[in-house]
Amino acid sequence: MSTPDDRSAEGRGHLNRSRPNEGTMMEGYNFAYLDEATKRMIRRAILKAVAIPGHQIPFGAREMPLPYGWGTGGIQVTASILGPADTLKVIDQGSDDTTNAISIRRFFRRVAGVATTERTAEASVIQTRHRIPERTLREDQIMVYQVPQPEPLFKLEPRRAETKRLHALADYGLMHVRLYEDIARLGHIAKAYDYPVMVNGRYLMSPSPIPAFDNPKMHRMAALQLFGAGREKRIYAIPPYTEVRSLDFEDHPFRPIRAPHACAFCGSTDTYLDEVITDDAGGRMFVCSDTDFCTERQDAAASREAAE
Amino acid sequence: MTTPLLTAEGLTLRFGAIPALLDVAIDVAEGEVVAIVGESGSGKTTLLRVLSGLMSPDAGTVRWLGQDVHAMGEAARRRLMRTEWGFVHQNPRDGLRLNVSAGGNVGERLMAVGARHYGNIRTEALSWLARVEVDAARIDDLPRTFSGGMQQRLQIARTLVTRPRLVFMDEPTGGLDVSVQARLLDLIRSLSRELGLSVLIVTHDIAAARLLADRILVMRRGRVVEQGLTDRVLDDPQHPYTQLLVSSVLAA
Amino acid sequence: MYVAVKGGERAISAAHAWLEETRRGDPAVPELTIAQIEQQMPLAVDRVMAEGSCHDRFLAALAIKQAKGDLIEAAFLLRAYRTTLPRFGASEPLDTTRMRLRRRISATYKDLPGGQVLGPTFDYTHRLLDFALAAEGEDRAVAPEMPAPAAEVPRVTELLAREGLMQREALAEEEPGDLTRQPLAFPAERPVRLQNLARGDEGFLLALGYSTQRGYGNAHPFVGEIRVGHVTVEFTPPELGFPIELGEIGITECQMVNQFKGSRTEPAQFTRGYGLVFGHGERRAMAMSLVDRGLRARELGEDITAPAQDEEFVLYHSDNIEATGFVEHLKLPHYVDFQSELENLRSIRRTAEAALPEAAE
Repeated sequence: MSTPDDRSAEGRGHLNRSRPNEGTMMEGYNFAYLDEATKRMIRRAILKAVAIPGHQIPFGAREMPLPYGWGTGGIQVTASILGPADTLKVIDQGSDDTTNAISIRRFFRRVAGVATTERTAEASVIQTRHRIPERTLREDQIMVYQVPQPEPLFKLEPRRAETKRLHALADYGLMHVRLYEDIARLGHIAKAYDYPVMVNGRYLMSPSPIPAFDNPKMHRMAALQLFGAGREKRIYAIPPYTEVRSLDFEDHPFRPIRAPHACAFCGSTDTYLDEVITDDAGGRMFVCSDTDFCTERQDAAASREAAE
Repeated sequence: MTTPLLTAEGLTLRFGAIPALLDVAIDVAEGEVVAIVGESGSGKTTLLRVLSGLMSPDAGTVRWLGQDVHAMGEAARRRLMRTEWGFVHQNPRDGLRLNVSAGGNVGERLMAVGARHYGNIRTEALSWLARVEVDAARIDDLPRTFSGGMQQRLQIARTLVTRPRLVFMDEPTGGLDVSVQARLLDLIRSLSRELGLSVLIVTHDIAAARLLADRILVMRRGRVVEQGLTDRVLDDPQHPYTQLLVSSVLAA
Repeated sequence: MYVAVKGGERAISAAHAWLEETRRGDPAVPELTIAQIEQQMPLAVDRVMAEGSCHDRFLAALAIKQAKGDLIEAAFLLRAYRTTLPRFGASEPLDTTRMRLRRRISATYKDLPGGQVLGPTFDYTHRLLDFALAAEGEDRAVAPEMPAPAAEVPRVTELLAREGLMQREALAEEEPGDLTRQPLAFPAERPVRLQNLARGDEGFLLALGYSTQRGYGNAHPFVGEIRVGHVTVEFTPPELGFPIELGEIGITECQMVNQFKGSRTEPAQFTRGYGLVFGHGERRAMAMSLVDRGLRARELGEDITAPAQDEEFVLYHSDNIEATGFVEHLKLPHYVDFQSELENLRSIRRTAEAALPEAAE
């Protein structure tokens, strides 16, 4: 730790000398950016969250050098659990090569110097925005979700003082009313992403804005799932092998939504697909959103062909 | 008469120096309709709020089947309010969700107690809309497009759908046209008889009390000044204030 | 054949290099120095210190330079730096009666102990563009020397309180919460509300304060006093046990006098709305004191009917670092969710078309 004196004498000179956006490992910052006291505070919140699956734990989120809403919650959770031996994978929309994923991976390479990977199987920590990898995760892996809005009831009740009460009383009739209204008006539940789930039969939880397609993957997942919301200053968790149910009606069961096509690259018919517009004459194609999974399947197909 | 469902005694509540309730006792038996009458400011609405657990008294107790209502946790009280109790507000806007369809309004209490079959919820909602004489075609319409009388009937359907044993009603016909009032009172009377409901109704309308109630309590300045069987109290009022109330109705 | 987009890493590096180039502008024009920004854009520096919640003129000026003059971006840079600094403790409360004043005005009295001091203000300037400033090498304007004000100048609200006409503020027993360490919780106590407002977005505070004057909330404000100047910051190190002076900071304090019609337990009296901000920020301090008074509706038993009285609404939306992050995050890719919406919409449309009566065909 530095004192105010050496900050003014040395810190300012340091700031003038080096550009904080360049170079590899950054000097003058603790491992994984956050100071150890902050990490301990966040780990305590994580432990509480694991102890009460699906329950939102308020925490003293710090200001990060990336904007609120761009993954500061996930980044703080990752920073608090990361050790030097970890291998980190960061995805956004299922892809390792989207700009925000690159930016976050770059941040951790610079402030923690940890190994990074694009391969789901090789990662010990996977930070994600909006997707769960297609490959089944293992007990020795941790999923960290970036969460913009941790409160599943916020559209029905904007006041946090009131939603806190509703959670305490497990008073979730209102959420079902919303689903009822969808079916009455549209014939379908209209929620396509951030589809609410009941965790361990007790807490209603936002799965973060993953497509409804990914919801079933959360159910009894072997990996620990951690959720960080930086701007809203909440952490929550799903311990391994916990029951996670998407809300539905007996006669209108939850259905995962995906484009009814095969991936143009790997031919998969059971993965989540992105629609790519190829021209302005209605041309389009569908490709896997999970780029690592798709590459793996393409490689496997290529080696099978070579073997034949 | 059977053992009372709800009993209250010694209820006292002050707002600053002003007493809203002074040593009030009341009980409601199974299937009994009890009316609390009095002019505005007499404390009758405050009494209803205290009895239904919405407000705590300074002294006294309210018991539901022997259990102290104000000593139970909020969770238990809210569970009671959506299962064995119901509350019909004077202004249907306070008791309905105006941005949710009529069917959703009726279905909410069913879903709150665990109903998870859309088709059954809808069938139940339709049957209740029929019982309160709301056209089935309006099931997906928002209550804000309903008339005041329809909104009030919808609120009653929403409250009764889970078959509560006791319903609190706060001036349920207030703010409605006289012709609409009569129809609503008939509906409340037939439903409460049919379902064997206990009803605790607050009203300033003596005629409504006569039509609905088995028993009447007359309140004035936070006190119960007279109580008894409806016919006895209205035909042979003992307290001068009751006499005044009754004669003003007769004169009108 | 379509190929998945790659090379994001290179694109980001190139974009940042370009950003840097546009920040510098035409290299033929001399580069701005931090000292120039600090000295010649002092109000921008003050705003960045306030919203960045870090009193350091040098760092604020640096942030403005780096942010190309985008003051919210500059405040963000300063906040992100501030949060990495160790926290030693809380200073002693500032004593603004002992402020080294540059400006002090009251709208409620014609004259008062300590006097009215206009100070360096835009008030009463005529807003005419001064083309002389466009000429290089302007003569330095020399202001006449102000007679030194008294070392101690009583606050207007204190004068009223001595008469029993101004509600006394209760001294807090416990140490106030720290917004930078603990998340907001509701109901929020006044110290936490004031911390939130002190670093809130100036535009947001201004609009909310303005709304209270236009009937959204029941405000009848008078500027009891605005004072601008420097105060000594004192800190008591635990190992010493007595306060030592750390130095001076520039602040603006505003006390707004409001009517209060009294309640059963309290006689009719004036109540105050309070604003205190880093640097010279009168607009911010005044708006803050209007909103502070609005947010006291709950404790004073007033009806909560207006946005400025709704503490969840005000406190959750005042922070421009949070707000800008979340508004701007919408430009991040959302195509996975959009795809899910698209497929759902297509499916709903199919259901609706299948349900169409035969006659429509």
